[in-house]
This record gives sequence, C-alpha cells and structure tokens, in this order.
Amino acid sequence: MTFIKKPIFRHPSLPTNAIGLTYRDYEGVVSTLCAGCGHDSITASIIDACFELSLPAHKIAKLSGIGCSSKTPNYFLNNAHGFNSVHGRMPSVATGANLANRDLTYIGVSGDGDTASIGLGQYCHAIRRQLNLTYIVENNGTYGLTKGQFSATNDKNSKNKRGMDNPFGSIDLAVMAIELGAGFVARSFSGDKEQLVPLIKAALDYDGFALIDVISPCVTFNNHGYSTKSYDYIREHRSVFGDLDFVPEEETINTSYAEGESISLKLHNGREINFKKLGVDHDPTNQHKVINILRENRAEGKVTTGLLYIDPNKSDLHQTLKTSNTPLNALAMDDLCPGNDYIDNINNLFR
Amino acid sequence: MSNNISYNELVIKFANVNGSGSASANTFCAKSLYRMGIPIAAKNIFPSNIQGLPTWYEITVSESERLARKENIDIMVAMNAQTYASDLNEVSSGGTFIYDNSIRRNFDRDDITIIGIPIAKLCAEEYSDSRQRQLFKNIVYLGSLSLLIGIDIDVIETLLADQFKNKQNLLDANINALNIGRKYVMENIDYPLNKQVRKCNKNSNKIMLNGNEAAALGALYGGATVASWYPITPSTSLVEAFEKHANKLRKTEDGHLNAAIIQAEDELSAIGMAIGANWNGSRAFTATSGPGISLMSEFLGLAYFAEIPLVLFDIQRGGPSTGMPTRTQQSDILSCAYASHGDTKHMLLLPADPNECFEFGYRSFDYAELLQTPIMVLSDLDIGMNDWVVDEFKWDPEYKHNRGKLVTADDIEKLKSFARYRDVDGDGIPYRTIPATHPEYGSYFTRGTSHTDTGGYTESGVIHAEMLDRISKKFETSKEILPQPIININSPKSKIGIINYGSTTIALNDAMAQLSSNGIGVNHLRIRSFPFAKSIKNFINDHDFIFILEQNRDAQMKKLLVSEENLDVSKLISLLNYDGMPLTANFIVNNIIESLNNNKNIKAANSPPIKIV
Repeated sequence: MTFIKKPIFRHPSLPTNAIGLTYRDYEGVVSTLCAGCGHDSITASIIDACFELSLPAHKIAKLSGIGCSSKTPNYFLNNAHGFNSVHGRMPSVATGANLANRDLTYIGVSGDGDTASIGLGQYCHAIRRQLNLTYIVENNGTYGLTKGQFSATNDKNSKNKRGMDNPFGSIDLAVMAIELGAGFVARSFSGDKEQLVPLIKAALDYDGFALIDVISPCVTFNNHGYSTKSYDYIREHRSVFGDLDFVPEEETINTSYAEGESISLKLHNGREINFKKLGVDHDPTNQHKVINILRENRAEGKVTTGLLYIDPNKSDLHQTLKTSNTPLNALAMDDLCPGNDYIDNINNLFR
Repeated sequence: MSNNISYNELVIKFANVNGSGSASANTFCAKSLYRMGIPIAAKNIFPSNIQGLPTWYEITVSESERLARKENIDIMVAMNAQTYASDLNEVSSGGTFIYDNSIRRNFDRDDITIIGIPIAKLCAEEYSDSRQRQLFKNIVYLGSLSLLIGIDIDVIETLLADQFKNKQNLLDANINALNIGRKYVMENIDYPLNKQVRKCNKNSNKIMLNGNEAAALGALYGGATVASWYPITPSTSLVEAFEKHANKLRKTEDGHLNAAIIQAEDELSAIGMAIGANWNGSRAFTATSGPGISLMSEFLGLAYFAEIPLVLFDIQRGGPSTGMPTRTQQSDILSCAYASHGDTKHMLLLPADPNECFEFGYRSFDYAELLQTPIMVLSDLDIGMNDWVVDEFKWDPEYKHNRGKLVTADDIEKLKSFARYRDVDGDGIPYRTIPATHPEYGSYFTRGTSHTDTGGYTESGVIHAEMLDRISKKFETSKEILPQPIININSPKSKIGIINYGSTTIALNDAMAQLSSNGIGVNHLRIRSFPFAKSIKNFINDHDFIFILEQNRDAQMKKLLVSEENLDVSKLISLLNYDGMPLTANFIVNNIIESLNNNKNIKAANSPPIKIV
C-alpha cells in the first residue's frame, strides 16, 4: 500500500468523453491494497466503463460491505457518494438506497467472504427481488484482511498458503444467481480488462440484478501454485464462454469477430447487447442449458468466463412494487403528508 | 335480579378459544360501548398461536374514567370450557358468570349469578353449515349480553352495518344471530343484570384505535416513503396498517405508489434497507420487537456512527429470548438505549397511548433528520395492539416538516466548503448531502470505520476521539429538541414523586386518584424521551423519594437514570411488574402503600403520617 496523495493536476490533452470529462475525473483516492492485487484492476475497469459510457459520476451510488474488496469504492468515482456499510449487508443498504431514488445507477462491490458467507442471505434475496444493481464480486477465495482463511468460494482440495487442504466444497455464486433468477450473470477475470470492461458497461446499463463474479487473485494469500484462484491457474483453466459487445442506443454496432456466430439481444430499455458465441453451443437466455454447461465445465476444472446468462425482459424491483416514476426522495413533504384536510377523515375511521 | 342497579362502572371479560372468530364479536362489543359515549379500555389477552388455545378480552367500563385493568371481573362471558374453573374464580362476588349450557355443568359458587345460554344448541338449530355454527356463536353471545347489560341495539346494528357495508347477506346473517341471542334472554332469563351500561356523552372528541395503526398514520403524516420490515408480533400490524393507508393516501393518478413497502428476509435486512433509503434522502422506517432489536444492533451502531437518520418502532413484548410474544413489557429500554458495540447511545421516544404514537410517529422523522441518528419509538404490545379510546388526532396546518441540515444543490454552491462531519454550528450536528446533490460538490464516503470530518478513513486516535465527543455533543443538543416530560405537581408540598413512561400511565392515573383519596399526595413525571431532559433531574432533586414504575424485572429505566444522570440511588424505589399483563391500579397503590409503611424515612417525608384503610 502507499501513503502517496494523488495529485489534482490534470494534463490538458487528456481525452474527454461525451460529457467532457477525462478518465481522471472518474478516479478515486489512491488504493491501499497490496501491489498487484486483482481488485485494483477491477477498480480500473469500473473507471474505464463509467468513462466510456460517459456516466455523470454524481448520479452513481457505490456501495460495499466489509473486506478488501469493499474498500475499493473509495478508489473510484470521487464525485459519487459511497457507502462502506457492514459485513455482508451491502445488498440491503443498496436495496433501500435504490428504493429511495430509482434514477441513479447503483454499483455494489463485495467479496467472496462478504457475499458467499456472511452475506449469502442478503445476496439471494436481492437477486430474488431483481434489485437494479450492478453487483461485482471480487472473488479471491480467501479472507485477506484476516490473513488467509479459506472462503466459501475456495474450491475443495485447493490449498492455502501453508499447504492445508480446503475440506469443503465451494459455492458457485454465478450458478446460484442464475438459479435464483438474476437477469444478468457474468463471470470474468481481473486480469482481462478487454473482457471485463464491456461486461461492466452492459451490467451498468441493465435494468435489474446484474452479477459479475470476477476472479481476482489475492497476491498475498492465495496466489500460490496449489491455489485454484491464482493468476496462473485462471489463465491456464479459463474457458471463455462468449464475448460481448455492449451497444448503447446511440451507437452503431461495430464488432470485428473473426469466427463464430453473433447474436443481438434487444433489452427492454431499448438498447442492445451483441453477444458473440465462441465455440460452444450456447444460448445465453436458456437458464437450464447455461447451468448445465457451467456444471460440466466446472467438473473439468475449467473456469468459465464471459456473459453467462441474460434475460432481456426481467422486471426490476420498482416495476414489481409499482413505485412512482418520480424518485421517492424527490417527493415534497407537503405532497406526501395528507395534512389538515384529511385529518377528519382519519378520525372518522376510528369512531 | 337486584333492584340495586349501577351504571357504567363494570368490567366485562370474554373467555374464548383462539381462532374461533370471537375477536370480532368482542371488538363489536367494545366499539358499541365507545359509541354509546362511555369511557372504556379494552385489552386483548391472546396466545402466540393460531387456533385452539385460550384467549381473553377484557373491557373496563368506567364513566368516572378509572380505566386501569381491574383484578375483579363483574361479568364473565365464559365460552371456553378449558378455562371455566379459573374464569369462574375471577368473578367478583355479586358478579355474573355467563356460559354455554348446551352441555350442562354445575359451578360451585353461590355468591354470583350463573347464567346458562345454550348457544351451541341455538346455533345448531339455526345453521346447517359447521363453520357458520361456530362463527355465529360469538354474535349470539353478543346479542344475549346486549340485553343483559343494556347495550343499545341500534348502536350495535349501525356498527354492523358499517362493518358489512355492501355485504348485505353477511349483515343480515349477523343481525339474525344477534336476535337469536336476544330472544333467548328475553324468553328465559331474568334480566337486566344489576351492572348496566347506558349512553353518556364522553367520547365526542375521542377516537378508538390501536397504537400501531396510529403510529403508521403518524409515519404517513411524517412523509415516510420507505417501510422495510420483517414480520414479528406485536409490530406486524404497524407496517400492515402503513401499507393499507398508503394504498389509499399515496396512490398516484397512474396507479403507482408514492411509497415502497418491502418485507425483508430478516431484521438485519429490514434495518439495512431503512438505513440505505434514509442515506439516499427518503424518510424510511422499520418496525420490530425485542428479538429484532438484538438482530438490528450492528446496523444501529453503523447508523449512529455514520450519522444516518432512521426511525425504528420497537413494539416491546415479553422477553428475554422469544419470551412471551403476545404479552406486554417495557424491557427493551437498555438494549435500545445502548444498542450495538462500542460507545453507542440512542435516542428513544416513549409514547403513552395511540394518540402519542401518532404524534411521535410523524415527529420522529423530523428528529431523525434534525439529529442525524436513529430515533427509536418504544411502544409496547399493550399500546400497539389494544384498542384505546383517546383524544382525536389533531394536525397543525402550520406544521412544517423539518429536514434539518440537509443541503441542497443551491445551498452547497453558496457554502465555501463542505465537510460531512464538521461541527460548523457548535451544536454537534453536521451538514448532510444525499447522492446526486450536485455534480461537483458534496459527495463523501459514508463508512462505519473511523473517519475524519470529511469522511476520509483514519486511524488517528485523536480524530477518533474528537468524532466521538462531537457526537456526544449532538446528544446534549437533543435534550432540548426531543419531547419534554409531562410533570404534574399534584401536591406541591409532597416530597414523594413518581416517575413512569409509556403504557403504565393509565394505571398510574387511576392509582394516583386512589392514593389521593387515601390522603397520599404524590407528584408525577412521565418521561417521554431519552437522552433525559434537564427537568427530570430537577424533579428528582426536588423530591426526597422517587418511585419509578416500570414493566421489567431489572429496573431498566432506573438504571439508565442512575448511570446517565449520576443520581443518588438510595432515594429511588422501583415498582416493577413483569408478568406481561397491562398494569392494574391496585398493583401500584398496594406497592406504594407497602413501601410507605415499611420505610420510616418515607413516612417522615409524607407529613402528616398516613393511615391506610
């Protein structure tokens, strides 16, 4: 980690996006994570995605739980409000925040301990409710801040740094999310920005629950030779499921895939996702088949990445609850309070 | 029957089997009495069960407004054979025991009137459907009772007509059942009884409702838009009432709702959502009971330290653990006041009745935003789930919701700088922004870790301690903002004071009247909030002996007073009840008299010496 303060200086020739902001405008404070931490690459990808989408940072809310991953919202989008809540409870805080203002973009960052152990219940229920949230799990299979205990996504028989076997099976958060009805489920690798940035862009634009389970090696506690979440292991065992090109409304599709078949999915917000199948017989809208492929790949020791599943027609929580189109936090107190005109009606109910 | 008839001073108790449909009939009875203009108090004593266990409903009728629960029952409507024996014992000498004599019984008491009405037989003859046979038994006994004690039949019929509006066949069936009961009494029983009711005019400015519904309406008036909750007795009906009224009062023209009500997966999530919504500028609340407070504690610490407004209604029930879910207690005082680890402290409001639940219901949202901290409204099962007759709601047309130091986009451009946790005004309360306030200014990072005044992470002990001290200052400020105690100096010369809070007030008023007629003058203070207003310590200092009335075993309010106000414990005498039942006046009177008789020092204080009859 470092104690250096980031200089405020901006080079005048930095490229700007559609709303006139530079990449630097999307940065946060300097990371205090270990040098080489996968999480910092994810932070950089989030910044890239927001910059490229020209999102106004102040209209994003970034939330997290507790752990190394949960520190990272501080490292991107300085102009966004951030909330580092309590361990495993980011989904509930994000749900409340989202209920208060349906017009903002919500990014939730969590880790494998925060999501797959202490926060498993909240994770499941946020998915069930189809909360409009981009939920990024920075998954390194270990508890870093408490120095290297196994987490619930650590694979059975993977070893810790001291060579001890993990005796318990792992939880596959992506399969779980698909089972529970998440509308958008992806897996990626912190070391592959080319894959990750378009996934984040598509997830941010998706109206509903969007999970990106990002394998993000812990260089200090889980990057050894007998770990299944090390840089080397992931590079060797990665199976890219499908490539993705996110197409905002106003842009034309411009992809240059060399091989395979490409399908275009129209989302109900009017935008499109261009999905490029690679090699496998894969329909990303077929829940049942996707789960089977993920299970088969896993049995072969492969780590499947890419956009795994998408349902273009899910209703998000606000649609289900039929909340007002005006954000609840924008309603004036005088409009919300029935006031003196109604007090007699109230009293008459109880006579 | 005796010629010696008394009016409007009696206690009626219904003994039923839960799940048998008796609740509506009993409520009809209470509401009819209320509509006759008679002061009443109704208590539902019910089991934590869906069907088959004993349940009771007590109505204290008192034109002289001595409405505390009484130990002795004048009229027992005994509809549960399982509890006949104990129900019989509760009837006062000279009272009446009404039972279903479809199966004849002998009851071994000759000092009371025993009336048998073959209710099951009457219903079996009238109805072919077994469900109807069961349900209408309740209306049959209501009909019988109406004639026996003089409940105005027009009032009951109007009430039923209100209840079954647009359901003519249900209304007809109920009136038929009512008449079956009345006809049987008319033809077979020597009526009326010597305890009667008659119309009076004491309820013209009163309404009859429970505290949970009142609190829910308060929340609607307070501008709450998000309610996140997890079902738990006795708080469930609060959020259900909020939903019911929101569906009427908050519907937009296109059929959407200006509110979001969400049943969470557990209490942790329920409070997490409420915190998230408040953080994002909605007024949000959760409602729970004791076990929920335990589960919500971690989040309460976060809201305290990160200074996020929050309203939490705690409808207290019997603890510890699962305890007595359907009985009342005031046993969450300490766990709420100091909920969560580390140096935490929380602001409490203590409503005494449904009217105050409404008032605190809307004011709590102002306090939460003014003081940027959780406000816990500590009601209890007695207030929350029983129907009370209270003053009608009032709304000041001039009332302006106060959102405290919530900074708008315009404000922030005028400010020279923004630091979320800086004490600019010297009252300990900082300025607050919500997400998306302004494109360039006002964003900050909310965290439960120690932070600087701009919200940055810090491990500086000095800054950490400064932050804790600044939050303490806010609590000092709150003492003048939160509801002040109600003080009644009944006997200016008396050196005896009594302190209470919450639902015990009705019993205490009754008890103080009894004490006064025994020549014992006591002054009274009712605590309505924590941190304690300065006048509370003054009141204690002004008296030599202070009784503190509470419904818990461990004298929780006394402990809180002693530790927060640095008091002399020797002059504080606890009156503690924790059997889960609403208090009786006798409990208070007897305990005070016993203390006075046993304690020489108190006797000296109460001059002239008292003689207890």
